[in-house]
Amino acid sequence: MISVEKSGKTVEEAIESAVLELGVDREKVDVQVLETPSKGFLGFGGKLAKVLVTVKKVDASAVAREFLQKVFDTMQLTVTVEKINKEDHVIFDLRGNDLGVLIGKHGQTLDALQYLTNLAANRDADDRVRIILDVEDYRKRREETLANLALRLADKVKRRGERVSLEPMSPHERKIIHMALQEDHRIVTYSEGDEPFRKVVIALKR
Amino acid sequence: MKELVEVIAQALVKNPNEVSVTETGDAESIVYELRVAQEDMGKVIGKQGRIAKALRTVVKAAAARENKRVTVDII
Repeated sequence: MISVEKSGKTVEEAIESAVLELGVDREKVDVQVLETPSKGFLGFGGKLAKVLVTVKKVDASAVAREFLQKVFDTMQLTVTVEKINKEDHVIFDLRGNDLGVLIGKHGQTLDALQYLTNLAANRDADDRVRIILDVEDYRKRREETLANLALRLADKVKRRGERVSLEPMSPHERKIIHMALQEDHRIVTYSEGDEPFRKVVIALKR
Repeated sequence: MKELVEVIAQALVKNPNEVSVTETGDAESIVYELRVAQEDMGKVIGKQGRIAKALRTVVKAAAARENKRVTVDII
């Protein structure tokens, strides 16, 4: 934690010079007054104000929530945000009417907003946090859809003996495909191509 | 929607006060010109334009709701 001790003729003056030295905004610090100033007598024995100014710890998930709220306000969407704490990440589950706009094609918009939220949350954060955005269990439903697709395609590969390549997907979605088929001993899966067009290939094991 | 571009850009940069967005174009197709401090250019563009792409995706989604087409240029 960064803090600095400063003196000045008044408390406000002392804070001002501390904030200047720390190079942060006034709202982002906590102030502890160590000594209040006194005038003394005829210019003698006067005491300066002394303050301890500390940069506030930034709570990344609070920043994230605030960011999302602002985004939804400007989009004129009424969204309830529920925060779910997990071991190594935080899920924000978004609920409201007509939130398809936040999901987009194959979750593209949701992924984009999630990426921006992570950047915004961690800009000034002391402890990084990984944030997952979900809209009414969309991610879970998409996961099931992808796993089912993987199983269906694996059957096709076995019947025809030809490999199948899927459409380009995000790393997270590719992982779902790999996981869905890792128990299948007749099938191998691997990814090829470069981001953002990297895709999974399902083939017979030789 | 102009505010949306501002809100997102301000959340990403070091100097939120230097974010400005101007709007040009007609009723159906709008161009937003986003300006940020020189040192913040990387924060709104990102490696291989990844951040810019995400920003455009979100703004376009908001625009689609109002049946508008938007472009975001970073200047």
